[in-house]
Amino acid sequence: MPKTPQLLVHDHRDNVGVVVVENLAAGTDIFGVVTENNSEIHAVCNQDVPIGHKVALRDLAVGEAVIKYGQDIGKVIQPIRRGDHVHTHNLKTKRW
Amino acid sequence: MTTANRTVWAYRRENGRVGVRNHVAILPVDDISNAACEAVAAQIKGTLALPHAYGRLQFGEDLDLHFRTMIGTGANPNVAACIVIGIEPQWTEQIVAGIARTGKPVAGFAIEGNGDIATISAAARKAKEFVHLTSAQVRQECPLSELWVAAKCGESDTTTGLASCPTVGNMYDKLIPAGLYGCFGETSELTGAEHLAAARAASREIAEKFMRTFNAYQQEVIEAHKTSDLSDSQPTKGNIAGGLTTIEEKALGNLEKIGKRVRFIDVLQPAEAPARGPGLYFMDTSSAAAECLTLQAAAGYVVHCFPTGQGNVCGNPIMPVIKISGNPRTVRTMSEHIDLDVSGVIRREMTIAEAGDALIEAIVQTANGRYSCAEALGHREFVMTKLYRSA
Repeated sequence: MPKTPQLLVHDHRDNVGVVVVENLAAGTDIFGVVTENNSEIHAVCNQDVPIGHKVALRDLAVGEAVIKYGQDIGKVIQPIRRGDHVHTHNLKTKRW
Repeated sequence: MTTANRTVWAYRRENGRVGVRNHVAILPVDDISNAACEAVAAQIKGTLALPHAYGRLQFGEDLDLHFRTMIGTGANPNVAACIVIGIEPQWTEQIVAGIARTGKPVAGFAIEGNGDIATISAAARKAKEFVHLTSAQVRQECPLSELWVAAKCGESDTTTGLASCPTVGNMYDKLIPAGLYGCFGETSELTGAEHLAAARAASREIAEKFMRTFNAYQQEVIEAHKTSDLSDSQPTKGNIAGGLTTIEEKALGNLEKIGKRVRFIDVLQPAEAPARGPGLYFMDTSSAAAECLTLQAAAGYVVHCFPTGQGNVCGNPIMPVIKISGNPRTVRTMSEHIDLDVSGVIRREMTIAEAGDALIEAIVQTANGRYSCAEALGHREFVMTKLYRSA
């Protein structure tokens, strides 16, 4: 029985993954799977991250694109470190 | 038995279409005829009033959409017979004539010059006649592939793009090649994924038609009326609570509903019936759940697949809505709303293909007559799309 992942990543190009378990606490060494090719990844989350929310897989500078599904989902507006919670405080739409 | 030759127990209508419910609808032409319709539905058991907010002093494209939605709702194969009540005879008769083209029993009543009470009395007698007629009808075995199955997601979160939307996409990849009619919409919620949507059109002509429709919505609806970057509305507060940050991210998850292989063969106006044969269609709709579902039902769709992450509770009065969720917390805290739990997908205990098969089973059961959660809970949201203010 394979271990249940705590993080899922859609595409190998993505720089964020989605937390898929409840009550993930800061400092957890996360076990993740890239659904596209079933490869495994590990990252330590820097904050408590709710289920469904994103964690950065690498450091991201202001102005960089956040990539999910292998696609651009918006721009970084605050510096992001690997393992950080990525949401409305540090990521913004490029549209509208 | 392979998916392609599965059958359901359903109602074969006069025009050959397959319906999965047997409603006698009491349809108001306009807002001020709601009271009479509701009185008829209260008097005659087995009927269903469809009150709504509009129908007076509309004009131009907005009036065309009103008539298309009214006629399409009455014409939907889930409606066995229909009573139409309006304040004036002219528009009432226009809607009756449109519904009558299906060959189903339909009768119109106008209130002006008669008053509510006489109108209710006459309409109730006719409705009782219709109920006897339709309640004697027996379900027949019909091919699953003859169903028209629409999709729209709501209160999405990141699990929607991981589990419930790909489940619907897998179902479409399996059933559309067998002859199913599919439909997706939500024009504004493809923002950020419009290039991927356009690439799924069946031809360059349809891709261009899609981009014209998409750009028109951006210009005429979003750009014309926005006062900010819409981050207070789109994504919704529920989307954001569920982890979705931007419209682009939401759109990419949304588009997972159309699967990996099928291509859409036409772009429909709101409530326009598909006319290019079996296949997937894109409809130009709002992304608000009740509005979108009302338009899809008016186009003739008889079953709806509705992926949700945070737990949208929307239903439709004439079209059963099947809720699919991959969020384990939503499945636990809102279990009465969720028809199909696909949270096994994010635990990697269930594949997307298995989830798609489970959805096909849920469609068969629902088509056979089993109530969906939204039906059992009485969700009958019937919301007309209004394009601009009335004259």
